[in-house]
Amino acid sequence: MKHIEFTIDGKTMTAKPGQTILKAAEAHGVYIPHLCAYKDLIPHGSCRVCSVRCNGRIQAACVQTVSEGMIVENDTPEIHEFRKAILDMLFVEGNHFCMFCEKSGQCELQALAYRFGITAPQFPLLEPERELDMSHPDVYLDHNRCILCGRCVRVSQDLDNKNCFQFVGRGHRKRLKVNGEALAETDLRVTDAVVASCPVGALMKKRVGYAIPIGERHFDQQPIGHAIEEKNS
Amino acid sequence: MKQALATVVQEICKKYDFDKQRMMDIVLGVQGRFGCISVEAMDLIAEMVGSHRVEVESVVTFYSFLSLKPQGKVVIRLCDDIVDWMKGYDAVADAMSKALGITMGETTSDGAITLTKTPCIGMSDQAPAALVNDVVVTNLSPERAQDLIHNLRRHLDPQQLVTTVGDGNHSHPLIRSMVRNNIRRRGPVHFADFEAGQALKATLAMDPEAVIATIRASRLRGRGGAGFATGLKWELCRNTPSDRRYVLCNADEGEPGTFKDRVLLTECAAQVFEGMTIAGYAIGADTGIVYLRGEYAYLRPYLEQVLEERRANGLLGRQIQGHPSFHFDIRIQMGAGAYVCGEETALISSCEGHRGDPKNRPPFPPQCGYLDRPTIVNNVESFSAAARIMLKGAPWFEAIGSERTTGTKLLSVSGDCRKPGVYEVPFGISAREVLELAEADNPGAVLIGGPCRQMLGPDRFSGRICYDDLATGGAFIIFNRARNKLAIAERYLDFFIDESCGHCTPCRVGLQLLKNLVHKVVTGAGEPSDLAEMRRLSNIIIQTSRCGLGQAAPNPVLGALENFSALYTDLVSERSPGLLSTFDLSRAVVDAELRVGRQSKYV
Repeated sequence: MKHIEFTIDGKTMTAKPGQTILKAAEAHGVYIPHLCAYKDLIPHGSCRVCSVRCNGRIQAACVQTVSEGMIVENDTPEIHEFRKAILDMLFVEGNHFCMFCEKSGQCELQALAYRFGITAPQFPLLEPERELDMSHPDVYLDHNRCILCGRCVRVSQDLDNKNCFQFVGRGHRKRLKVNGEALAETDLRVTDAVVASCPVGALMKKRVGYAIPIGERHFDQQPIGHAIEEKNS
Repeated sequence: MKQALATVVQEICKKYDFDKQRMMDIVLGVQGRFGCISVEAMDLIAEMVGSHRVEVESVVTFYSFLSLKPQGKVVIRLCDDIVDWMKGYDAVADAMSKALGITMGETTSDGAITLTKTPCIGMSDQAPAALVNDVVVTNLSPERAQDLIHNLRRHLDPQQLVTTVGDGNHSHPLIRSMVRNNIRRRGPVHFADFEAGQALKATLAMDPEAVIATIRASRLRGRGGAGFATGLKWELCRNTPSDRRYVLCNADEGEPGTFKDRVLLTECAAQVFEGMTIAGYAIGADTGIVYLRGEYAYLRPYLEQVLEERRANGLLGRQIQGHPSFHFDIRIQMGAGAYVCGEETALISSCEGHRGDPKNRPPFPPQCGYLDRPTIVNNVESFSAAARIMLKGAPWFEAIGSERTTGTKLLSVSGDCRKPGVYEVPFGISAREVLELAEADNPGAVLIGGPCRQMLGPDRFSGRICYDDLATGGAFIIFNRARNKLAIAERYLDFFIDESCGHCTPCRVGLQLLKNLVHKVVTGAGEPSDLAEMRRLSNIIIQTSRCGLGQAAPNPVLGALENFSALYTDLVSERSPGLLSTFDLSRAVVDAELRVGRQSKYV
């Protein structure tokens, strides 16, 4: 198969035809921070954390496919500022209390915040009123922590062959909705792939909170992106 | 009742072959019969088309004109666009509220009338205006609003509100509307005589490649505002291998202050449909869809008849004009109140029966569009121009306009002027000349292209309307010197916040943050650093948003900052360090005071 040559931050790399910038970079041990992108699901392109400058224009690396001679800027002060701002937007949009959240240490949003040196949000909190759905026997849904990344929507459809979640409303009123009045009305099972797909503490298994001691949690060990960057060293 | 619901939903779903891609038509049909799309109705629809309730709900909750809850038999949607606001929206809204005894967003206790507001309905030249169900009422005053409510209460029949009809086709029995065309200047491209079938005849005498070559040679560029070369778009689509291709006409004219497509569809529908048919022949498509904004539903019966006439005359359908292998037909897809559907990929999503979320690009529609097939999406005006080009030839068209932007442009002129309406002008005309034509009243600023562009002050009035200088989709809104430009910028920002699809973070969240900053400054609590932060945040939103909405939404604010900077700098002042100027102690303790049941004596 013909390979495509392109550069990230001046470093020449190759990609397969049709490969996204995100995937091609990962294959070369270059970590491009991302949130809504998940495994091999069709990219959502919604969080914009993976924004890169690509031939002069800002594009989402999870969506944009590589083309011959493409010039990608990933690790620049400008991109860093954009990503930090976007992460901050996600924090202030919801109600995130890392200090007592069960997802702490395993949360991708929190881990990205650490990676970007965010200790407190730069924007004023929006403090929305959000619901908590405890109706399901084994899983709960805390809308306070939902970042509308759409992972659960896609995983439920594409991997679980169900349709437990979808977005309703638009703009700042957009929110995640379950197929029914509450989670218990859906055919969601605790064993479904969707339960583990949430990057934050919105969709959570019940009765397993705080099971892993501080210091041993996933991101206590290594920063997010480390597994990819390790390949490069 | 339950049985009745099931029967009717079944009937409606059947009409659309139980095809979930026709979800928009299905839910519009259900709402048309029951006044809303209830949970029970959503369950039935989902079951019948093989979907899920939450999928149906996802669509229904996206569009402003669709409702989960029962509404009044008559729904009044008062247009709260800036121009309406300048022409007396507040007083009209007040008069309606009082006459109905309800506030905005409520329904009368007898369930008869709902009063609500809606963004620009394409009537800025006859504002304030409102939609009463599908019927448009224009030039409202508080007195007329009172009369309207009084009459409506009596008969609850919006059509009876039309006592005088507008000019041109507005007296057509299938339109019967009080809307006026207000065509102030007729140019050679759109408003010259047009005999149905002639442009198509010239087209079918050529091979499709030659048609594309003609459009390319005319240097026609997209009239929606972005200005992509029309011929190139058609060529890209034609050259993408596929079993089917589609022609989509963007009649979702939602940019505030734009109404020229309304006039084209009223007076030049045959020319628009002929342009679409020509495009179908050029790219090798057999299906065209007109995506008609919900606000223009009053034009639909008439447009359906024009399509029917064209079928009867061999201009649509099989073997058009006797051509053995050219088959093409057009259907109308109604929108339901969502500005973002004017974005071409969102328009495609909506036509496919989804939420009107824009799609990720690439791939672009000419490669992969409607139902994942190569698709061209062109503006109403672009199709009308294409038909004229095929009739008169590329050199004729190219000779009109400025050197680098050929042809004419339809401008929708509104605001503070004596002659609002539609002007067909050659490209290259200066903003000042348009202001003079429209007899502008002491103009202090003009917004060319609508709120997705920046407002310009008198120092820019010599600028020319063309793609290299002042690009526009058609809006030309005039503000006199007394108008509060900061309030205008803030209102336009509110519009974008309401109309964002909410998919990407910078647009969904960033715009709210920008709004809070602007509000802080406008209310006098701002510091100089806030102005810098407004610029920084605007830049982040523009750069990182997924589609044109987010990429344009900060423009009203940025435009005011750039072109009228003194207005903002006068409002901000340095504060003592360590104090948060927006913090209001007495407001912060209200909640606590309520809970303990007493007032703090210290604040």
